[in-house]
Amino acid sequence: MISRQSPRPVAIHRDASAPKSRMLRVAVMNAALLTMCFAILACSASPAPTPVVVEVDRIVEVEKPVIVEKQVVVEVEKPSNEPNILTVYSGRSQSLVDPILEEFELLTGIPVEVRYASTGEMAATLLEEGDRSPADVFFAQDPGGLGAVKSLFLTLPDDIYNRSAAWASDPDHKWIGISGRARTVVYSTENISEDELPDSIWDFTDPMWKGRIGLPPTNGSFHVMVTAMRLDWGEAKTREWLEGIMANEPVFYAKNTPTVAAAGAGEIDIGFVNHYYLHRFLAEEGEGFGARNYYTSASDAGSLVMAAGAGILASTDAQPEAERLLKFLLGVTAQQYFATKTHEYPFNSAVQQSEHLPDLGDISERFDVDLGLLDDLAGTQKLLQEVGALP
Amino acid sequence: MTRSTAEVAERPAPRSRRGVTNTAHGAPVWVAIAAGFVVLAAMLPVVYLFVRGIEGGEATLDFLTRSNSINVIWRTVTVILSVTIVSLIVAVPAAWLTMRTHMPFRRVLSVALALPLVVPSFVMATTLIEAFGPKGTLQELLEPIGVERLPSIYGLPGATLVLVLMTYPYVYLTVRAAIAGLNPELVEASRSMGYSVLGAFRRVTLPLLMPAIGAGAILAALYTLSDFGGVALMRHNTLTVSIMTNYQTSIDRTAGAAMSMLLVAFAVALLLVESSIRGRRRYDDASANVGRTQRAVHLGWWAAPALLFTALPVVAGVVVPVAVLAEWLLRGLSKGLEGSPILVPLWNSLQASALAAVATILLALPVAFVTVRNRNWLSDLFGKAVYIGFGLPGVVVALSLVFFAVNFALFAYQSLLLLVFAYAVLFLPVALGSLRSGLLQINPSLEEAAQSLGTTQFRAFTRVTLPILMPSVFASAALVFLLTMKELPATLILGPTGFDTLATSIWSASSEAFFTKTAASSLILVAAAGVPTAWLVLREHSGAR
Repeated sequence: MISRQSPRPVAIHRDASAPKSRMLRVAVMNAALLTMCFAILACSASPAPTPVVVEVDRIVEVEKPVIVEKQVVVEVEKPSNEPNILTVYSGRSQSLVDPILEEFELLTGIPVEVRYASTGEMAATLLEEGDRSPADVFFAQDPGGLGAVKSLFLTLPDDIYNRSAAWASDPDHKWIGISGRARTVVYSTENISEDELPDSIWDFTDPMWKGRIGLPPTNGSFHVMVTAMRLDWGEAKTREWLEGIMANEPVFYAKNTPTVAAAGAGEIDIGFVNHYYLHRFLAEEGEGFGARNYYTSASDAGSLVMAAGAGILASTDAQPEAERLLKFLLGVTAQQYFATKTHEYPFNSAVQQSEHLPDLGDISERFDVDLGLLDDLAGTQKLLQEVGALP
Repeated sequence: MTRSTAEVAERPAPRSRRGVTNTAHGAPVWVAIAAGFVVLAAMLPVVYLFVRGIEGGEATLDFLTRSNSINVIWRTVTVILSVTIVSLIVAVPAAWLTMRTHMPFRRVLSVALALPLVVPSFVMATTLIEAFGPKGTLQELLEPIGVERLPSIYGLPGATLVLVLMTYPYVYLTVRAAIAGLNPELVEASRSMGYSVLGAFRRVTLPLLMPAIGAGAILAALYTLSDFGGVALMRHNTLTVSIMTNYQTSIDRTAGAAMSMLLVAFAVALLLVESSIRGRRRYDDASANVGRTQRAVHLGWWAAPALLFTALPVVAGVVVPVAVLAEWLLRGLSKGLEGSPILVPLWNSLQASALAAVATILLALPVAFVTVRNRNWLSDLFGKAVYIGFGLPGVVVALSLVFFAVNFALFAYQSLLLLVFAYAVLFLPVALGSLRSGLLQINPSLEEAAQSLGTTQFRAFTRVTLPILMPSVFASAALVFLLTMKELPATLILGPTGFDTLATSIWSASSEAFFTKTAASSLILVAAAGVPTAWLVLREHSGAR
């Protein structure tokens, strides 16, 4: 390396000692960097782990009594020959779905590789990849993301499609809902009491709410709710609602989480968000957290229940494994997980919802809309821009 | 010394000076070709935007004709201006104070001042809102004296605060490297001629640091243009927020790409402004400038205000976020919540960042060499073109590489190789800024002298120029390393499937309000970044004696 060679041009070194030690250090460092690179390359070239074979009778811990039925047996059946690796693109967060996908891997012996990013980024990536996508399954946070890549999905067989709720799935059988997430009004317990809250989301246009509302105008779920309003109320009435809300000078937040945090801190009185964030805050900060959820009772988009859902890419080379995953996600084990661990509403009627969630009755009848029809996000964006909610 | 100090700084490089482009110290052809390929690689995102954006041209027209678009443009301009100016005010004195004075705690501060760079912008914004928000921790502390609500942090002030903390390290590290490469004799000569410490700094040191300051400032400005997390959480909706809404919410990548072309236009405008301010000067010095370092300045009673000034960004950018994160972690652990897995993400982060630092510097060196030594319109174009990608949100760069890899290099798709390449494309301008300002300080005649003694040009470069350039190489490495540690979109979209890094763990936890996990991973990220940063930053520190 550099320092071991013949004398350096002397003219540039006035002080002989400092540069010498510097040169030595440079040499050592170069060597270290190179070694590190080789070590890194060597390590990353190691083969993928072989699938683990597990006991057949392993069943996840369940918190509530469940009627165990034949689905569980289906889930633990071993594939007869060597399974393909299943590649899942997940728009749902790793912290939410990683445990249940690992459970699937353990129970079926099918090796699963998961790529996590936001639903929008994953959808855009899938569109760029087209039929060369390595993905087999797309597990998305909301119907909007699934609708955007609908043309890349294969049509699901009936015995999968029928396991989910029809209202929560694509009418063309391209994707199915996996778990339910309710729209809710989060309110500051410090600033307001529950009985001051109206029955319908429409009533927040009243001037009494001026300066008290928070909402995340760029959030996907908020857009889905407005899309549902357009379908239910029509364009004119939805615009009227938005203009009424805008007249109340709402505080805009970047996402659901800061909106809930702001309600908890008393920065705002109420916020339009999804229901499960509150349960994360309660888990993290305890019962003292200064906000709670309120569910409007009127049958309108304010009581919308949305779905996280999944579809199988038409370009898959692991269709049997992908189908098993979808069946598994709607099976008792996974639905129990979603109900108890991520505080979502299960779509499998054999599973009860979490006791921490209010009983919304039959969620499909709260507000009757097919989620598959909520795909005109561009129209919603345009409307939000026109009323000034979006830049 | 053959020239007066002022002349060194102010004399414009004569374009027609015989041999400036074509003597032995110009880059050899193969270096120029290599540089050309690197520039092409750096332009891939822009090419992709044209391919995709043309389909979505209506969206741009639509945006441009909407009435409140002017507000979006205005917010973008104001935040870029305020962030760049404040970053310079924070970073340039901090670099000088930590390198050239006997300020107390300067070694600790030297390292800590670089660390805000590693905090992801959404973590920085969230923790600062928690601390300084209208109903934040500070308000709770002030409640006993009757403060019910703090003035709103949101909007331009908050966005500026977050982004200054995220961007002043670009200026700070680049300027430090340039100070390390300064010839102390210039300052000493000016002092002997009667300048005060401050006068010498203003009239000699500062002009000589202009390339480094410019390089840092353009990075700060472009980063501000590209940032999403910080401005969105501070509710200062810039052009990038509009674009990201297209990608993330409406899932309309053609509209997103079309509007991103406006970012390209912004970036080009910023680059033109920067180069017109900096002008075409030469900064090298016929005398040699290594091997001797300047005597450190005794601050006297200025030490206290200097310390306060330098500690402020560390408090806001490191201490406050770390304190908030520590509170989240302790609160969660006391409730029995789990932290997050550490070892695998940590190893992946370190590995990816080290590879990215090496790869980026290797790619940046030929470009730096060509743009400094062969000054003509083409190298000028090269020098500007590589910067454009830095003004684009990471998602756009990542999607562009998806497009090219899927269509032309499927074998490399979602491999570590492609990910490291993506980091290099993303951070090339960062490495380039510091390398170029370092190279500008080195007189090519040193290499010529070596060559006249019979060595080859390549050996003359590796044995003479490269050792003198080392402060800049290590500053570049530190910057790229830290930026890669927190990089998110490219890691998520282009990394090997299942390649969890600390940054992806933080994002995954924070997007669903898992505060304990967010805090655990973030604290590890800061700690893990601290060690190599200390090593890289303190290398040069023995300088001030």
